[in-house]
Amino acid sequence: MKPFRSHRGLVVTLDRANVDTDQIIAKQFLKSIARTGFGPHLFHDWRTRADGSPDPEFALNRPRFKGASILVARNNFGCGSSREHAVWAIQQAGFAAVIAPRREDGGLRVPGFADIFRNNAFKNALPAIELSEQEVEDIFRAVEATPALEATVDLETQRVTLHLTKERPYPFEIDPAVKERLLGGLDDIGLTLKEDAAIAAFEKGHDTQLG
Amino acid sequence: MKKTLFEKVWDRHVVARFPGGGTLIYIDRHLIHEVTSPQAFEGLRLGGRKVRRPDLTFATMDHNVPTDDRLNIKDPISRAQIETLTRNCKEFGVRLFDLNDERQGIVHIIGPEMGLTLPGTTVVCGDSHTSTHGAFGTFALGIGTSEVEHVLATQCLPQTKPMTFRVEFTGRAAAPVSAKDLILKLIGLVGTAGGTGYVFEYAGEAVRALSMESRMTMCNMSIEAGARAGMIAPDQTTFDYIAAKPRPFAPKDAAFDKALSFWKTLPSDPGAAFDRTLTIDASKVAPQVTWGTSPGMVTDVDARVPDPGAVPGYNRTDVEGALKYMGLVPGTPITDIRIDTVFIGSCTNGRIEDLRGAAAVFKGRRVAKGVRVLVVPGSQTVLRQAESEGLDRIFREAGAEWRQSGCSMCLAMNPDQLSPQERCASTSNRNFEGRQGKGGRTHLVSPEMAAAAAVTGHFVDLRTWKEDAR
Repeated sequence: MKPFRSHRGLVVTLDRANVDTDQIIAKQFLKSIARTGFGPHLFHDWRTRADGSPDPEFALNRPRFKGASILVARNNFGCGSSREHAVWAIQQAGFAAVIAPRREDGGLRVPGFADIFRNNAFKNALPAIELSEQEVEDIFRAVEATPALEATVDLETQRVTLHLTKERPYPFEIDPAVKERLLGGLDDIGLTLKEDAAIAAFEKGHDTQLG
Repeated sequence: MKKTLFEKVWDRHVVARFPGGGTLIYIDRHLIHEVTSPQAFEGLRLGGRKVRRPDLTFATMDHNVPTDDRLNIKDPISRAQIETLTRNCKEFGVRLFDLNDERQGIVHIIGPEMGLTLPGTTVVCGDSHTSTHGAFGTFALGIGTSEVEHVLATQCLPQTKPMTFRVEFTGRAAAPVSAKDLILKLIGLVGTAGGTGYVFEYAGEAVRALSMESRMTMCNMSIEAGARAGMIAPDQTTFDYIAAKPRPFAPKDAAFDKALSFWKTLPSDPGAAFDRTLTIDASKVAPQVTWGTSPGMVTDVDARVPDPGAVPGYNRTDVEGALKYMGLVPGTPITDIRIDTVFIGSCTNGRIEDLRGAAAVFKGRRVAKGVRVLVVPGSQTVLRQAESEGLDRIFREAGAEWRQSGCSMCLAMNPDQLSPQERCASTSNRNFEGRQGKGGRTHLVSPEMAAAAAVTGHFVDLRTWKEDAR
């Protein structure tokens, strides 16, 4: 896996909550047996109108967001299907990080990303960064008001920085184990195989019919 | 220490704890299908790795499979994906239930049918609806393709321990209210991210009263609330299901007795602590119908399409977008919504009991004029059982199409698809935009509700439905 340390790029905002993986990469593109070639199909149904032409209203089609590499959306991004193709499509369309807000719901914290999507993202060195609703709202407003607004996602310092005239930093939290794996570009399977002796010992005492 | 069902299963599967955090857990069953596995096998090949436990790995083909002429896959890309799975299974020594196998079917239907799904075990599959298997008191979770490769290579999965969320359904759900209605009600209450980070345990009188088929429907849709998994404590209903024949992979005789005494230790200890709890009175739950493009956009059948500003958990813009996509006007009674198509099947509602429920409604009635109805059994086993009971004849005589087993119109990867604006009453699990075909409009309901919609051409409240359509 390629390590992720820091990325600076153009920010695009997608003003939708519950963006599901069926929208990110539609089922007709899941028939491929390859890991590549998904980029052009990202958000296919939202990008194209019924006649197949690009929908100029869709955020990612707007000329001002051409070349964007940081995607900011609303809560519960990546819900639904477990398809890892969604992460591959996002990366292959040029994105290096995704940001979504956690939500406070009557004292309960609702995570910004769906579980399986977040796992898939980290496995592919695509940081899925969670900020507060207010912080994400700030970013939406700043992007709307500022042409060509760039941001930096820095994993080492755990900070998203908006490059406004006066830079605006947003610290974020991340599981230390995930951070270490991302920074080191560590091979997950390789790490587990280091536990080979433990796995073999476990198997000796474990009946898979009894669990 | 008092433990929950989930904690008991989790603790038995801890292989190692990583110094930086995270736990390595052991996987007892790995189920594979054609869509999310090709890149995983390719990864193994590139890394020069083998499948560690081919004896614990089982494959089938379901997503791409045509449900009419099933052995004749016309789409060359679909065919290539199916052929790739065959090749990979052969190369890596994985047992495959292919299209010629009499046990082929949707991966989450055939696992339990064959006795692969057992209480207290861990099950993974590169498919979000793996939560289905939790109905047996199994910790079963959907994973991505990198994780599929990980489990193939190591039989283990690094995990962060999820939190626990007990949902108690008190009272009894009165027929025709089904497990589908109970789970849709829950998703409507907690939202599609309300379970994120948690494992649900479904409990209470209404859950105890459910058959295994219904419990699977309930656990199946745990992921639609964002949960990592959903579990139900095993009881006599579970044991009887596993003991039923033929379940070739389930323990038998002395092994069954040994397993049984273990299974009885699995239910959550009285007083065990959960991170979150919720109680729902099942006797007050009405048949549910989704009206939007997220499973949480759901309401009672006798309610109306809501006002965009009055939907808890969704902001106005999202609801307006959903209603525009669905072609619905706020204030419209749900029972006034006319449908074009009905889909009965999927890993949510493609089991024998679901088909019996639908057939009971179809019996002696006719599908409404202009309505297309697809009935797709979840597996070849379900198909044979249904035909032996004469259910196929009831469907055909009513004017429905009786098909072969597969995922079909739940995700429309095969030729079974909706056209733009086509409106469907579906027993599947997701009403996402375009899920059943670009521009298609999906309403999630139970099999009985779907069948009633098929014969009347619109949704009806089964509790008060009069025989006006005979």
